Amino acid sequence: MAAINTHILKPRLIVAIGTLLIICLFLLDLSLGSVKISINDLLNIVLGNPPKKSWEYIFFNFRLPKAITAILTGAGISVAGLQMQTLFKNPLAGPSVLGISHGASLGVAVFVLSSTALFGVTTNFQEALGSWGLVLFAVAGSFLVLLSVLFASSRISDSVTILIIGLMFGFITGAVVSILQYFSDPELIQNFLVWTFGSLSGVAWSQLQVMGPIIVLALLLSLLYSKQMNALLLGENYATGVGVDVSQTRIKLILTTSVMAGTITAFTGPIAFIGVAVPHLARLLFRTSNHKVLIPATMMCGALIMLICDILSQVPGAQTTLPLNSVTALFGAPVILAIIIKNKKMRGAF
Amino acid sequence: MNIKLEDAHFTKPILHTRGLTVGYQTRNKVLELEKDLDVKIHNGELVCLIGPNGCGKSTLMRSIAGLQKPLSGGTFITDVDVKNIKPHQYAKLLSLVLTDKVNVGAMTVMDMVSIGRYPYTNYFAKLGSDDYEVIERSLDSVHLGEYRERFFSELSDGEKQRVLIAKALAQDTPLIMLDEPTAHLDLPSRVEIMNILKRLAKETNKAIFLSTHELDLALQTADTIWLMKRDKKLVSGTPEDLVLSGMFEQVFHSNAFTFDKRSGSFKVVHPTKGKVSLTGDGIQSNWTRRALEREGFEVVEDSDYTIHVLFEKNQWKLERNGEVYQCDTIGEVLGKLRKSFST
Repeated sequence: MAAINTHILKPRLIVAIGTLLIICLFLLDLSLGSVKISINDLLNIVLGNPPKKSWEYIFFNFRLPKAITAILTGAGISVAGLQMQTLFKNPLAGPSVLGISHGASLGVAVFVLSSTALFGVTTNFQEALGSWGLVLFAVAGSFLVLLSVLFASSRISDSVTILIIGLMFGFITGAVVSILQYFSDPELIQNFLVWTFGSLSGVAWSQLQVMGPIIVLALLLSLLYSKQMNALLLGENYATGVGVDVSQTRIKLILTTSVMAGTITAFTGPIAFIGVAVPHLARLLFRTSNHKVLIPATMMCGALIMLICDILSQVPGAQTTLPLNSVTALFGAPVILAIIIKNKKMRGAF
Repeated sequence: MNIKLEDAHFTKPILHTRGLTVGYQTRNKVLELEKDLDVKIHNGELVCLIGPNGCGKSTLMRSIAGLQKPLSGGTFITDVDVKNIKPHQYAKLLSLVLTDKVNVGAMTVMDMVSIGRYPYTNYFAKLGSDDYEVIERSLDSVHLGEYRERFFSELSDGEKQRVLIAKALAQDTPLIMLDEPTAHLDLPSRVEIMNILKRLAKETNKAIFLSTHELDLALQTADTIWLMKRDKKLVSGTPEDLVLSGMFEQVFHSNAFTFDKRSGSFKVVHPTKGKVSLTGDGIQSNWTRRALEREGFEVVEDSDYTIHVLFEKNQWKLERNGEVYQCDTIGEVLGKLRKSFST
């Protein structure tokens, strides 16, 4: 039993360090931006005696929701990626890579742009953002693409080919979006394009009230799947052999993945590469593929990476912010390249 | 030996197929591989399913295990119909070791074997002390007690197979089914796996059913052999009975080799170059015979033939047309023979 105890001790240490890091980065994310607010001033703002009235406004209406969004988005999109990797038995699966985010984009585009195209009514993009209708369309979009890719993957077992199929779905949804744009109000298109760059700052309290509960609920639910996901790692037949209802598990995973990926995309825009890369980071760090450890580990790493990406996108010292997607791509794309080069056959990369 | 324990074996049927017909149904054609199968496997019995390639061994296994729908009939495990039970009940009757490739990356041996306890654990797969006990016992019985924290992906093929057997053992079912558990393994691992399975059947009183290509090993270890024939009729029986009845020869008949009833093994048929008579005894004579047969000679025992090989006093004597050569090794004998046959 001694061996088992030391085995558990190390992950505990990593979790402690990780939690500490998340708190530090959360504070850093709150303090950095167009105006730098020191940790001392942050404390004063929270205690109710802000040094400047405008700082209080910035803190409560921009910084705090954005930092919370970063944590929720990072954890959610990463767990969605992990679930897809196990579901497809493919180390390269992820919401952005397999076109799930594109599906959500399509849902958003249909919801926002078609109103002008079909009914001649101009929707306010900012108002639409965060409404339940938008979330519903985005989730439906990602669900449809996920289902299609799953169907395709049942016929093709090669991981890289599935990647290409995902890419094709991305192109198809992209084309539909372009057609919708053609008939839409120019200002709306402008807003939509900015949205596709991905941003955490567009999420205000009112929107967080919708997004927060959905993501937290989905994350809690995903913790219940560790047993079935471990069995799925061995393959469909073995999973059936140990009493796991494979088709039911698949449906559960598809639903939670689409809800998480769809909801997050609806609010922040498509966020590239985090979903693929973070589960690998978690596997590397915790040296395990056991989902009992891996699911919470992925949440933690996802939150961490997203906070880091958000801090980097502020461009320390400058007034402008970089598009979030370019930062996440710089982090995530090399991870994918490393996986492809390391595992020419893509086997055993889990 | 312990007679009481022996008595307990073969007392009740664990697996019973009733009118099982397996095969494939396409839109306009029905391909039956096995019809109206009615066989049993008892507790403590090790059954090997053998048959030529492509006769439908895997299909039969999958159908019995309920992974593939049979055309008609059904499988009963301890009198429970496999078709109509819930997944977690199914997993308590039957455990599987399959040929499916398992790529799990960073899963430890412990992680893998504990998956065998899934039918007995709660939603979070929390292991109790008795679960740990079963896991330890399973690992010990496949000689992997020291491998608990090793990564599955870093093990050899033979060790991986043993982990999967330990997983099946941890599942604690009356029946264990293994689809070609010795495929892709080297000879020592193959023998070890078969020995482990044989011992487990006796020690745990479980019914163990496996398919294999290893005729030699199956003949030496199985209690019962199910021989699949191309004419859709499965024959089951004690290995020795099947050999004597000529079933093996019939099923595995080929121009390239023959089944030798006496040794229970296959012999490769070489195009014959001529007859050679051989006298002498002992192990050397035995291997001389094999060398001559391999070289393409028919070996006979009367000495009326022109070539004569004699083994005595640790030396081989080769007589041909009155000339006599002394040889110290079989290699020399063959060399001389080759020379005399090419001229």
